[in-house]
Amino acid sequence: MIPIVVNGSRRTVDAQPDTPLLWVLREQLELTGAKYGCGVAQCGACTVHIDGRPVRSCVTPVSAVAGRSVTTIEGLHPTAEHALQRAWVELQVPQCGYCQAGQIMSAAALLADRPAPTDADIDDAMAGNICRCGTYQRIRAAIHRAAALQRGVGR
Amino acid sequence: MSAARLGRRALIKGGLAAGAGLAIGFALPRRGRGQGAGVFAPNQWLRIDRDGVVTITNSVPEMGQGTMTAMPMIVADELDADWDSVRVEQAPANPALYRNPVTGSQSYGGSRGIRDHMQMWRKAGAAARQMLKQAAAQQWGVPESEVDTEPGTVIHRPTGRRLRYGQLVDRARQLPVPQDPPLKRPDQFRYIGREGVARLDVPMKIDGRAVYGIDVKVPGMLIASIERCPVFGGKARAFDATAAKAIPGVRHVVQVSSGVAVVADSFWTALKGRRALGVTWDEGPLAQLSSAQISREYAALARQPGVAARRVGDPEQALRAGRRVLEAAYEVPFLEHACMEPMNCTAHVRTDGCDIWVPTQNPGGTQAVAARLTGLPPEKVEVRTTLLGGGFGRRGEVDFVVDAVETSRAVGAPVKVMWTREDDIRHGFYRPATYNVLRAALDAAGAPAAWWHRIVGPGILMQKGRVPRGTVDPTAIAGAADLPYDVPNLLVEWQERDFGVPVGFWRSVGSSQNVFVTESFVDELAHAAGKDPYEFRRGLLGRARRHRGVLELAATRAGWGSPLPAGRARGIAVAFSYGSYAAHVAEVSLDAGGRPRVHRLVCAIDCGIAVNPDQVRAQMEGGAVYALTAALHGRITIDRGRVEQSNFHDYPMLRISEMPVVEVHILDSGEAPGGLGEPGVPTVAPAVCNALFALTGKRIRSLPIRPEDLKQT
Repeated sequence: MIPIVVNGSRRTVDAQPDTPLLWVLREQLELTGAKYGCGVAQCGACTVHIDGRPVRSCVTPVSAVAGRSVTTIEGLHPTAEHALQRAWVELQVPQCGYCQAGQIMSAAALLADRPAPTDADIDDAMAGNICRCGTYQRIRAAIHRAAALQRGVGR
Repeated sequence: MSAARLGRRALIKGGLAAGAGLAIGFALPRRGRGQGAGVFAPNQWLRIDRDGVVTITNSVPEMGQGTMTAMPMIVADELDADWDSVRVEQAPANPALYRNPVTGSQSYGGSRGIRDHMQMWRKAGAAARQMLKQAAAQQWGVPESEVDTEPGTVIHRPTGRRLRYGQLVDRARQLPVPQDPPLKRPDQFRYIGREGVARLDVPMKIDGRAVYGIDVKVPGMLIASIERCPVFGGKARAFDATAAKAIPGVRHVVQVSSGVAVVADSFWTALKGRRALGVTWDEGPLAQLSSAQISREYAALARQPGVAARRVGDPEQALRAGRRVLEAAYEVPFLEHACMEPMNCTAHVRTDGCDIWVPTQNPGGTQAVAARLTGLPPEKVEVRTTLLGGGFGRRGEVDFVVDAVETSRAVGAPVKVMWTREDDIRHGFYRPATYNVLRAALDAAGAPAAWWHRIVGPGILMQKGRVPRGTVDPTAIAGAADLPYDVPNLLVEWQERDFGVPVGFWRSVGSSQNVFVTESFVDELAHAAGKDPYEFRRGLLGRARRHRGVLELAATRAGWGSPLPAGRARGIAVAFSYGSYAAHVAEVSLDAGGRPRVHRLVCAIDCGIAVNPDQVRAQMEGGAVYALTAALHGRITIDRGRVEQSNFHDYPMLRISEMPVVEVHILDSGEAPGGLGEPGVPTVAPAVCNALFALTGKRIRSLPIRPEDLKQT
């Protein structure tokens, strides 16, 4: 049994230690917002935060997370009104939407570090997240918009 | 409704969650539908209850294109519904009710959502509105000519009396359904064409509630992963499951037609079981096939005549007599769709029926194949179409449905079959690799006197047995045979050659490659004639008014001809596909490593009536990314009958750091609606390659673009 804190709740999971966190979240804890896209940390669809840092949960063994705090898209904001989520709605970012939880979690970690990211910061932080529908232009605009919302601009 | 059924519905996590003005559910086939007391359901597309809630049933799968919003916009507009009272649900497989009226099947590709259904959906809404008006006029005892509607309400103009739609359902449902109700004039549209109608599916796609096929969970469900023969067409001859079955959590190992399925309690366990399998494959006849062999044979075949797809005048004579003759060969590779959500399907096969949950573009085909495999009548196969994590044509296939139905039947339990990314890339239905030879003659004035184009490659429809051998597969020549330019002598030929690599419909299909070829070769002619590539095209589009419209709009908005910073250049391309006209101007440079960098793409699109303009822009933005991925990175190669690529490290996708600025300009032509999912793709690669030629003098005739092909020698 492995103890973890997920979205603020203490949970214990019964899983082989090498099981990636992604599958524990999705299959045992029924948190299916984080998605499987590649299994090898190439696409970012599985991005969650561990102790506030973005990680690819598809290559993170659950044993490595014992006792640590995991945040998924479901726990990013209690009413889905994080500045990024508001900006995502305002700019109508998602198409198929499959990658968007990972995109938002990567962006949330970026904004936590850099409240006013440059385009280059966005390239660096977001280049690990693939979107096949091609929403990159709106993702970039929405990150800038969310940064402005967080600074209290244009509310 | 049985408790079990309620349970299955309720356990689809988030499946019935309400968002702002939205409930996404699955319409239940044959149950709980139709005209009960208190429900006005004049047709299969909508129903209104006494609370005034308008539930609209969308038949087109939501794969990102926004159909879950555009479809109800169309119905709600003619119904004059209050948008906040609209709910949308996804139609079950039921071709009798929901088939595409143009294709006749409940399968969705070819950017056909709006263009094939719009008139029917408008009538569905308009019929209901007319019945509600009649019901109110009856209730008030006034002539129908005196009543009108405002959103969600019938109003009696002379007295100002009002009745909400919900108050009229019991009377309206007694009335005959008008078959040909009057439709609004475009200037009367309330939602269609309006800016700012938000997608209904965005809220659930930003907080983890959205349910894709991979998220489906039903009671007692097992997870399966299938080990497939690495060689196309190969079969398992024998397998040893001893080690796999020894892994705790592995429940079954069964042979299915696509390979050996390991069925387990979890995906990770199923994967471990797969790795522990020992399988002896019969690799079949393609075990020595390679991309090099395919290229060689294509080039040899290009010297032999094919089947004429279009002939105008006497191109052979015109080529012999031409003052200046150009010849070039173009080649494009196989491509895989790489939907972000790997293929999957959940099936529960029982003796009395079969339930399927699947992200599919083809609910009708899903039902049909499951019925065939199980021997059940189609109406006993219930297909629930989940959200699709990308479609792009890949999800029109039913191979993953076969996986799930066969596996569930073999183990007697509900099973979700999940593909890995590697499975997806190595077992796809690929955009065909083709080889092209072109010749053209320029006359004394530099105008093309002859155009000759021979395409060598497989036919998608032919491989699927949907067009006969010896004919021309329309998918193979789309974007080539319909060359829009005024050329007095023209021949487009197709030389069919199918090596057995599974081929399929990849976003914009034949146009994805043929427009790269034709729009690049037209550019070659322009440069050979010493003319500006934009003016050259424009002068040859005399009979192609809508092509010219988007070409001019893109050129104008891109500032064609205006100075650029040093080291940058522009290229242009135009095409028709899937009912719409698109043009792109690309602005490019080379980075320090000599790699192409696309800075800006200006797109002009004439899709006729633009139902949801922001989503028109979104589709053009997305088409650009799909096309750039292919132009800059996309290449599936084959060695010893196997795909050499496996995941995103060796089959790379465009990243945000490579994303150009995409500007979309909608040309409002007032014409009937055209497609949008595909038309934003074909002109991107040629616009980029034409820009690279303008920059470097190097002509790209093979995709993907290789930096070494741009080096100055």
